[in-house]
Amino acid sequence: MSAPKPRTQFALQSRILHWLMAAMLLAMLFIGAAMVASLGDYHMLVAIHRPLGILILILAAVRFINRMCTTLPPFPPTMSKRERFIASSSEKLLYALMFALPLVGWGMLSAGHYPIVMFGAVHLPPILPAHPALYAILRPAHTVLAYLLFFMFLAHLGAVLFHTLIVRDRILDRMALWPVRNRDGN
Amino acid sequence: MNASESNPETPPPLSRAGLALRFGIIGAVLGGIAGLFAYVGGWLTPHALSPTAMVDRFQQVNGTFPGFRRNHAKGVCIAGTFESNGNGVALSRAAVFPAGRVPFVGRFAFAGGKPYVPDSSRIVRSLAILFQLPNGEEWRTGCINIPVFPVHTPQAFYDLLLASAPDPATGKPDGAKMKAFIEKYPEAGRNFPVIGANPGSSGFDNSTYNGLNAFRFINAAGEVTPVRWSLVPVQPFAPIGPEPEKADKNYLFDALIAAIHRGPLQWRLVVTVGQPGDPTGDASAMWPADRKQVDVGMLTIDRIESEDTSPTRDITFDPLVLPDGIAASDDPLLSARSAAYLKSFARREGERKEPSAVSPAEVAK
Repeated sequence: MSAPKPRTQFALQSRILHWLMAAMLLAMLFIGAAMVASLGDYHMLVAIHRPLGILILILAAVRFINRMCTTLPPFPPTMSKRERFIASSSEKLLYALMFALPLVGWGMLSAGHYPIVMFGAVHLPPILPAHPALYAILRPAHTVLAYLLFFMFLAHLGAVLFHTLIVRDRILDRMALWPVRNRDGN
Repeated sequence: MNASESNPETPPPLSRAGLALRFGIIGAVLGGIAGLFAYVGGWLTPHALSPTAMVDRFQQVNGTFPGFRRNHAKGVCIAGTFESNGNGVALSRAAVFPAGRVPFVGRFAFAGGKPYVPDSSRIVRSLAILFQLPNGEEWRTGCINIPVFPVHTPQAFYDLLLASAPDPATGKPDGAKMKAFIEKYPEAGRNFPVIGANPGSSGFDNSTYNGLNAFRFINAAGEVTPVRWSLVPVQPFAPIGPEPEKADKNYLFDALIAAIHRGPLQWRLVVTVGQPGDPTGDASAMWPADRKQVDVGMLTIDRIESEDTSPTRDITFDPLVLPDGIAASDDPLLSARSAAYLKSFARREGERKEPSAVSPAEVAK
């Protein structure tokens, strides 16, 4: 028996948060894109978009605290130094976007003097004063950040697929919701 | 030595075909998701009607006036108090209806996207109101002085804008285009005579303004009632007089300003209660005239201000900003208005605006 091996997987709560937020963020990106293009379904989509965005903001905070408090499984040995740098940087950018997108959306509605309705009579206070010029900046910023998040999602998915199908290093095991064998076969 | 070579699970190398297949799968997954995103975002259907297309159509017909609303461009801002009499509580639990006072801001305007159009009693007039409810909620509504909306769908309205646009050669709408339009949208053929026969009033102050879309009121017991609402003036009706000299470009607004300087103007907020079977999804279909009407309170307008100085300039009268107790109906125009107003708002808020026709000096007169 040698020294204890570092674990192969993220902590269970990290894995649950990852997949839950993946589904929510992807849904948000598609709802957002459909909203902007739609006349007929606009109202229904925006009524989902606002509270779901705030839920994502809350979960992003939970996830960030969790990230600070847990140790990560090591990168697979198949990842080069450069790949590891890219993976770490893109993780930071993804966290930044998970906070920035809902906050910019909330701020944008505040600056545009729109009530931030969640459901029924429940609404959030504005986080910025009503300010037309600010709205004119934040509205397109919200779109640009959303495109960036969608691009980051595609890049992330592409990298995982590349490792899974081409390098075949079982990188998905790190984030799998079910327990997996340790890397050394035990 | 490559670390992976020491890994006992190093997989055997892939054949050329196997590698190509796997890269193909990756490309298909990424391309499929990106393609679906593009489809949902409307990039693959550029001719579908979108909020952008709707606002572009207004600019196509009216010209582009940076900083102004793309519709209802010429206007003036007002403020006042709504005194609820409590009659609305039975229909809706919205915080606007218990007996008491609620402040509001609003705007009188002409329909259309021309901010310097000379006043004419023939242009559709609007009164938009934003109720500021005590719990921080808002109720925004835009009402106009015609009895029924000419068309049923956003697409029909989009087509109407072009069909009714003045021909540059004659200055009047092209009769052939309007005929083709009415053939395509028979509801317009039915409603144009009704709208034309509506006896117009002499000014902004004695117009009835109708919120033509149906909504749903929900009361404390959860009962849902289809409703429409109107703002009925206390000021006595007077018919449209002769149009004054062309030089008096703001004569209707000037009369409104003078009236408010003399004393407050008042409108009753009247809710028409629909019955089962009354169409709620069609603003081009009137309800029978015998439907119950409930007077829920009085709007008193006592302040008027140029939109150049009023913060009301920088809000939209999005008809779907509603308090709890008032909900959208299945009317497709509501969602379309909400989306198009937001698009127009996003454009004008980033633009440098010229002074409004109804200037601060005009309002001070």
